[in-house]
Amino acid sequence: MDAEGPPRLTRELVAMRVAQELPPGSVVNLGVGLPTLVGAFMPPDAGILLQAENGILGYGGFSNEAFDPDLINAGGQPVRLNPGASFFDSTASFAMVRGGHIDVAVLGGLQVSERGDLANWSVPERGGGSIGGAMDLATGARQLIVAMEHTTKTGAARIVRKCAYPLTARRCVDLIVTDLAVVEVVAAGLTLREIAPGWTPEAVAALTEAPLTVAADVREIAL
Amino acid sequence: MTATVYRTPDEALDGIVDGARVMVGGFVSAGTPSNLILALKRRGTRDITLIANNIGFGDKLDELCEGRQVTRAIATFAVRASSARESHFEAQYRRGEVELELVPQGTFAERIRAGGAGIGGFLTRTGAGTQVAAGKETVTWAGEEWLLERPLRADVALLKAHRADRLGNLSYRLAGQNFNPVMATAADLVIAEVEEIVETGAIAPEAVDTPAVYIDRLVRCDPLEVRWDGR
Repeated sequence: MDAEGPPRLTRELVAMRVAQELPPGSVVNLGVGLPTLVGAFMPPDAGILLQAENGILGYGGFSNEAFDPDLINAGGQPVRLNPGASFFDSTASFAMVRGGHIDVAVLGGLQVSERGDLANWSVPERGGGSIGGAMDLATGARQLIVAMEHTTKTGAARIVRKCAYPLTARRCVDLIVTDLAVVEVVAAGLTLREIAPGWTPEAVAALTEAPLTVAADVREIAL
Repeated sequence: MTATVYRTPDEALDGIVDGARVMVGGFVSAGTPSNLILALKRRGTRDITLIANNIGFGDKLDELCEGRQVTRAIATFAVRASSARESHFEAQYRRGEVELELVPQGTFAERIRAGGAGIGGFLTRTGAGTQVAAGKETVTWAGEEWLLERPLRADVALLKAHRADRLGNLSYRLAGQNFNPVMATAADLVIAEVEEIVETGAIAPEAVDTPAVYIDRLVRCDPLEVRWDGR
């Protein structure tokens, strides 16, 4: 669709950019899909604790060893444990999520609105969707980063004035990282902070339905 | 009040009737009572209201759905937005043959906790302003909108733990806890599948995750092999 335009960032590069946002020592929950990739790009010495809402704090990367059905993350993927890891039940897990003990959640998105509403659990025309932990994470995490493609496969904007898809939570998104841009949600609306190499703010805005305020110091995404 | 030990998962399900509300512990492959689920399938119990976190392609709970034994599900993850590799449950849901109440996972856990702890409801911000709020009372407090959520209980809970002692104390392995400890508190009849049953006292008191008071029936089963399908 961008046959004439510069390339967009790969999913791995988007994940790498998101990883830069995670403060050392923070507790982070990575949603299924693209956000899962973020785990591979965290600096190993940053002391970040990954929480899986099925009941693990402190898991590491994916495990390549023999599959253990009792050692999985919330996406059902086999994981390794880091020193200091702990297990707990679902009520304790969601006390962490809903009680404000998760510093950053990274979730995938279908649409984000100009005021930071998120829709990420249902595509009505495809007949269904699932909530899982998304509504709790969007509501309870101290900071919410949405990692998604800037447009749909057919080229429609995912950053919109008002979400058409069913909402996950209202006014919950703090930062949007896409394959074209880094967009911050502020009280006044959306600020375009960074753009993919080779892209212009105008070209990104043309693929964004919601109005974007271009930051005075807008720059290329650096990885 | 010692738990009754059954020889087979099929016998452990004695008395479960058509129309039962059945809670099932587990999270995808972890802590899932696969032997009890397959025994419930063999039993042929119908018109089940299934209360479980997830029903997905390849899950034992989806095998239970294969024979249309489930007419209603309360779950957090049961229908994916994509239709690749459709599960039995998804196909039945899209044809309007099963009813689904989709619940946010934290609300699901807390409703069960309330059901098991004699709590009549609770307030949460999760779901406010979304489809989940439909038909629910809302309360404005501390400048925010909260949903009033009601407790969830079942007739029967099927659980998986790693070890039990003969009294019914349970301990779990790795991330096998998930919904099992809370579901143990919220059903009239609680049946646990375990890999090992040891003498009472052989599990150190501080290593007991679920105290025996909640457990009615035990059955020792070898875990069924689960392969990761790369999702």
